[in-house]
Amino acid sequence: MAHFDENARPFSHKWLNERLAVDTLKRVLSTEYWIPKNINFLWAMGMVLAATFGLLLISGIFLLMYYQPNTQLAFDSVNYTIMSEVGYGWLWRHIHGVGASVVFLIIYIHMFTGIYYGSYKRGRELIWLSGMLLFVLFSAEAFSGYMLPWGQMSYWAGMVITNLFSMGGLHLNGLVEWIRGDYVPGQAFLNRFFMLHVLLVPLAIIGVIVLHFGTLRIPHVNNQDGEEIDFEEAAELYKAGKVKESKVIPFNPVFLSKDVFVMGVYFVIFFYLVFYHFEFAMDPVNFDPANPLKTPTHIYPEWYFLWSYEVLRPFSTNVGLIAFAFAQVIFFLLPFLDRSPNVAPASRRGLFKYWFWALLIDMIILTFMGKLPPEGIWSTIGLVAALTFFGLWIALPIITSKEKKL
Amino acid sequence: MANNNGRRDFMGKALGGFTALGGLGALYAMKRTWDPLPSVKAAGFTTLNMKEYKEGQLVTEKWRGKPIFVLKQSPATVEKLKKEKPGDLKRLIKVGDAHYTVCVGLCTHLGCIPGFRPEEQDFLCACHGGMYDITAQVTKAPPPRGLDIPPFRIDGEKLVLGEEGPEYKKMLEDGITMPV
Repeated sequence: MAHFDENARPFSHKWLNERLAVDTLKRVLSTEYWIPKNINFLWAMGMVLAATFGLLLISGIFLLMYYQPNTQLAFDSVNYTIMSEVGYGWLWRHIHGVGASVVFLIIYIHMFTGIYYGSYKRGRELIWLSGMLLFVLFSAEAFSGYMLPWGQMSYWAGMVITNLFSMGGLHLNGLVEWIRGDYVPGQAFLNRFFMLHVLLVPLAIIGVIVLHFGTLRIPHVNNQDGEEIDFEEAAELYKAGKVKESKVIPFNPVFLSKDVFVMGVYFVIFFYLVFYHFEFAMDPVNFDPANPLKTPTHIYPEWYFLWSYEVLRPFSTNVGLIAFAFAQVIFFLLPFLDRSPNVAPASRRGLFKYWFWALLIDMIILTFMGKLPPEGIWSTIGLVAALTFFGLWIALPIITSKEKKL
Repeated sequence: MANNNGRRDFMGKALGGFTALGGLGALYAMKRTWDPLPSVKAAGFTTLNMKEYKEGQLVTEKWRGKPIFVLKQSPATVEKLKKEKPGDLKRLIKVGDAHYTVCVGLCTHLGCIPGFRPEEQDFLCACHGGMYDITAQVTKAPPPRGLDIPPFRIDGEKLVLGEEGPEYKKMLEDGITMPV
């Protein structure tokens, strides 16, 4: 049995240390978790995401106190009770709405930072894969949450997205009805998506966030030059007081203070949006209550899903579904499709540099086209951009295997 | 020791087996919990009185929460179809002396409600631009097929949606519509 000092005061440092090893925990998790010095503000996006998730959780808890998961009551519980009766209810709703939109912007920045600097390469594959899993879970969370106000966009997005599971030509209507618990989205549908949104998916997200942090521990974060750092040696140097010579800094308090600065800037912008421009996260069509007998003129998803929606749209049902499925999974395969051993910023990687910017621009074009009605020139541009998307992914293994070793 | 290991293996396998069995049972229970409720399934019938409809005017009824388009065709339209599109004529349901377009008003692409255009006498889906003719047969992609015809049984001048009569079964056999 371990040794417990009988004279230690309850809850004193020593007392806690003997029972919980708080010193060891603190050392392992923060003061001796080493981060390279050679990084920029883009490396703060992880903590920005964690903080945004925290805000979504807190605002969600307060919304949950008044929200009614009932097809007759849901719309008014959000638009009347929470918005005009509950004290500061509007604040939670606007934080939740803006947070849900902005979290995707930060996720995309976080992802493209990883792609640009090659932070998914050998040793770091699991960081990328768990991150992609988080992207999928956040998408599920966003979609299920979008159902809850039970407005026209909620209802029709629910109809269209669940219809995707009939798998086009396979006509799996039974599967669609099983997912909905009804022939059309109704009470059973709203209730189960409510459950998914407030319990199952957040639980999974929290679990995968822990996994995501865990996958980071051994390979460590990448740096601006993709340099392979001997972390043990650099840590010894730092601990010996040679802070300037060492290539690393401890996560806490040094890296975290930089993170907190970036978060400070971020939250100024975030709360500016919450207080003055929340409407960008609120579709006007969703302020009409759900009506199963009337489709809105244009159905489009929130901005962060537009690129994958546009990949689906220009094709016939079956081809569209295959294209859509391809777009959903292809990012998972990035560590295996990139055949080059170079861990370096895209700017030093020859053709990959052009690939990176082409992918980014193509996805921005797809996003814009997804919002425009599918007519005339927009249809054509959308089709070309969708084909370019596939072309780029097919080209990736070829151009990266020809890349010169740095 | 070898003997002991054998016992341990057996215990491990027995435990694993029973756990797997219990797990499968639990999965089945979960699957059944997500199924549509019996009350939802039982409410799946709608009876339409076909005498009430007027020629050329689209009426939207409701069956299983889905919009149902009912459009009584004029004899002139039927004659025109006989000449130009005899295939599409099979999509119409004959109750008494009149022919009707009766179909689920959800686009076969992704489930939006197509709008009826009285002047053009066709349906246009605003979501992705799909088009259907007067019998709700598809004329422009992306929809893969015409609007689905709900299961029906002809009962004198009435039409019972949700029950499968001989006329509906024949339509299924001929591939005119899909099960919904």
